[in-house]
Amino acid sequence: MSTTEKVGAEAGTFVDQRLGSNKWLGKNLKKVFPDHWSFMLGEIALYSFMVVLITGVFLTLFYKPSLVEVVYEGSYVPLKGIYMTEAYATTLDISFDVRGGLLIRQMHHWSALIFVAAISVHLFRVFFTGAFRKPREMNWVIGVGLLVLALGAGFSGYSLPDDLLSGTGLQIARGIAQAIPIIGTWAAFLLFDGQFPGVDFMSRLYMVHILLIPGLIIALITVHLMMVWYQKHTQFPGQGRTNENVVGYPLLPVYMAKAGGFFFIVFGIITMLSGLVNINPVWIFGPYTPDQVTAGTQPDWYIGWLDGALRVMPNWETVAFGFTVSWNILIPAVIIPGIIFTAMAFYPFLEAWATGDKREHHLLDRPRNAPVRTGIGVMSIVFYGLLWLGGGNDLVATTFNLSINAITWFLRIGLFVLPPLAFIITKRTCLSLQRRDREKLLHGYESGRVLRLPHGEFVEVHEPLGNKEKAILMAKLDSEQTPIALPQKTDANGVKNKRYRIEMLRARLSGFYFADTIAPPTLEEIEAGQAHVAHEAALEAPLHEYEETHYVNVPFHGGVLHEEGAPMTNAEALEVTRHKD
Amino acid sequence: MGLVLLLLALGVVGGVYGVATTTPSSADAALVGDQTQIEEGRRLYLEGCSSCHGLNAEGAASGPTLIGVGAASVHFQVATGRMPLAAPGAQAPVKKDIYSSEEVLAMAAYIASLAPGPAIPTAEQIDYTDADVAEGGVLFRINCAQCHQAAGQGGALTQGKYAPSLMEASPQEIYEAMLTGPQNMPIFNDKTLPTEEKQAVIAYIMELQEAPSPGGLSLGRLGPVVEGLFLWTAVFAALIGAAVWIGIRAR
Ligand code: HEC
Ligand code: HEC
Ligand code: HEM
Repeated sequence: MSTTEKVGAEAGTFVDQRLGSNKWLGKNLKKVFPDHWSFMLGEIALYSFMVVLITGVFLTLFYKPSLVEVVYEGSYVPLKGIYMTEAYATTLDISFDVRGGLLIRQMHHWSALIFVAAISVHLFRVFFTGAFRKPREMNWVIGVGLLVLALGAGFSGYSLPDDLLSGTGLQIARGIAQAIPIIGTWAAFLLFDGQFPGVDFMSRLYMVHILLIPGLIIALITVHLMMVWYQKHTQFPGQGRTNENVVGYPLLPVYMAKAGGFFFIVFGIITMLSGLVNINPVWIFGPYTPDQVTAGTQPDWYIGWLDGALRVMPNWETVAFGFTVSWNILIPAVIIPGIIFTAMAFYPFLEAWATGDKREHHLLDRPRNAPVRTGIGVMSIVFYGLLWLGGGNDLVATTFNLSINAITWFLRIGLFVLPPLAFIITKRTCLSLQRRDREKLLHGYESGRVLRLPHGEFVEVHEPLGNKEKAILMAKLDSEQTPIALPQKTDANGVKNKRYRIEMLRARLSGFYFADTIAPPTLEEIEAGQAHVAHEAALEAPLHEYEETHYVNVPFHGGVLHEEGAPMTNAEALEVTRHKD
Repeated sequence: MGLVLLLLALGVVGGVYGVATTTPSSADAALVGDQTQIEEGRRLYLEGCSSCHGLNAEGAASGPTLIGVGAASVHFQVATGRMPLAAPGAQAPVKKDIYSSEEVLAMAAYIASLAPGPAIPTAEQIDYTDADVAEGGVLFRINCAQCHQAAGQGGALTQGKYAPSLMEASPQEIYEAMLTGPQNMPIFNDKTLPTEEKQAVIAYIMELQEAPSPGGLSLGRLGPVVEGLFLWTAVFAALIGAAVWIGIRAR
């Protein structure tokens, strides 16, 4: 044993004798994680959050959250001698007079943008694969909490430099707070410490940004990851993978090496980006004063959709009992986000209720096998994207020589028309992919070779599926669900069904989810199909002997293909059963 | 009648003064201020502009009157290629200037001879070397940024109109724009923005045009929207590429 090994072993024994940790470690370091690139998306969020934390600590050393007026005497000439708040002046100092300060500031900002973006794509992955289903609903809810907190963290940080953009953003936030009926004015006073901008406001905001929100995020991430650990990670369907096992690599060494390596890659990308590309040049925007605004005032990307909603909203107000209700602010800034986040948090429970699905799911859905869910997801993304476009309407106008008013009207109509259209297109695409999968399961690949049989019939030769692909396609047989049967008004004894209405609603919803999905072939059908493929291969076999003679093997297209009726949809299948009853 | 004549005379003097002082190099008396220049201007005007602005610049269906707009306005509109207008639209676009600088000055002198108006700024007026850049920055953010954006990159106005980017504008153009307030831009006369302040604004715009971006690639200084776009394209391509690569490794 070398000295190093000896020291290591002794240290291990020391710790184990006090904590009894060896057994625990032995078990957990072998824990298996499935492997798929999309499982790394959550990790991008985690790692960029770490970068945010590290760089943030550096910034606190130099930043002062104070609205006291000072005269700028730093080294950025175009602002020399100008009155500004200490908050803005110290931000300039970090940018121009602290060694490495600008790099760290840019790293903090870029990684914050990446953090929120990574959470979003991670969320897409979880949504479209159905990873949020039982037993992981609570982790989804925590995820939505994290998303909201991340938005809060970003917005509060964006407001700290007290430049023209941040001040304008805060004024809008104040307007939104004031628009809330009854409590609005008081809420705004409380938040902003009296009149805008208020004296104590910046230190309050600072506390929220560096203590409250990060603390909550860290707490929630901890719970989030512990739950992933405890519930084990989901996996995509594939060869040897079932709802009961986890196929992948052990935590040590493979997964650790990959995750560790990936951390450094993410860190590296963020550092390189921040060294090369400028973000938030506060020195250009100038200090905030209430009488100034700049064209192209925009929030960071993740608040853009809210800004867009504000820009697109018609200017509606009603006066009731001497109070003005500002629908023009209330709807886009309070009601719409409220509905969106609530619906998001409850979605797993809504879907489970609507589909009557109470099973545990450790195998992920392929998005095409859940056409309605996938459709809802794409629809939401389109809706969000349109609002986002609204947030940049002025830049869209100048870049593409369009009129801002035309864009606004396009969006006002598009917000109602395009998302449903996206739903329909997505659902149809999923269904046709399902049809293709069914074909493949039944008949294998179309080879393009057509045979003419002795009695004159033409058949196209099919190639059998590989085992890997077959395992993926077969997963549909297990995950397949049919709509809930319609409830009866009265039971067999003639007693009235009190829950008739709600059961009816549920049956309708489950019909909405499943009625159109393409029923997968049964095992017998698949076997028959495979026999068919083998039969074709047998027919074709003698021809291979003549392969060199060319004229036999010329592919022939347009021959008569064989039988097998169009796939039955679930709804049709159900009809058939009903008629039989 | 006497008053009109007086005004005309003043206009000629004003216009001529402007022309004389902006082009000190061509201080040769031959071109400056004489009747031939005005005649030449009138000829050019009748040829290229009168179809829209009327035979006597009194205005017509397809163009406003030019009486009293001054030499500065003509110089600004023609030297930036906005005039002659090619096609009706939300706003006259900047294009290549089709006239030589003498021809532009001639037309300016002709229009100035009709009625007094802001003269073309002198070389001295647009000299911004001693101006206070920081003050110019404050003035720019108060007076111009709401339309031209804080970095002077331009911005959208309503109904397809826009405030153009100032990244190509010359000191003279900037001065004339402030003086004459083309289209939707307000006029900043010497009461609202005295000459020194105009010079400060020019100094700041020149700083914006020339200053390198301290933080690296500036992404057109268009603000958070472009930053977001860059993030969702280039940066995410790199990150997801890395994730896929790590996923393939060590199989
Ligand atoms: C096709 C029609 C058309 C032609 C040709 C045209 N203009 Fe114009 N001009 C306009 C219109 C319309 C406006 C007002 C809107 C604008 O400024 O874009 C205008 C505005 C102007 C103004 C600004 C007036 C003000 O109130 O400050 C000046 C100066 C001017 N034109 C000069 C000229 C000169 C000089 C020519 C010839 C070289 C010319 N224009 C040719 C249509 C025309
Ligand atoms: C209300 C909005 C508004 C404000 C405020 C404003 N501008 Fe403009 N500016 C415009 C518009 C619109 C045009 C384009 C006019 C046209 O094309 O005829 C313009 C054109 C210009 C141009 C000509 C650019 C070119 O490409 O030829 C300059 C220079 C300019 N502005 C400078 C300024 C300065 C300096 C200030 C502040 C003192 C200012 N503007 C304030 C709207 C504005
Ligand atoms: C602070 C931001 C977040 C971090 C750091 C984070 C991190 C992670 C990590 C590393 C995993 C395991 C690997 C993976 O599936 O990608 C995970 C799983 C999970 N995350 Fe997140 N996440 C965040 C936000 C969210 C959000 C916004 C949601 C959804 C609204 C969410 C929902 C989930 C769920 C349901 C799982 C379990 C997925 C599974 O087992 O397949 N997370 N998270």
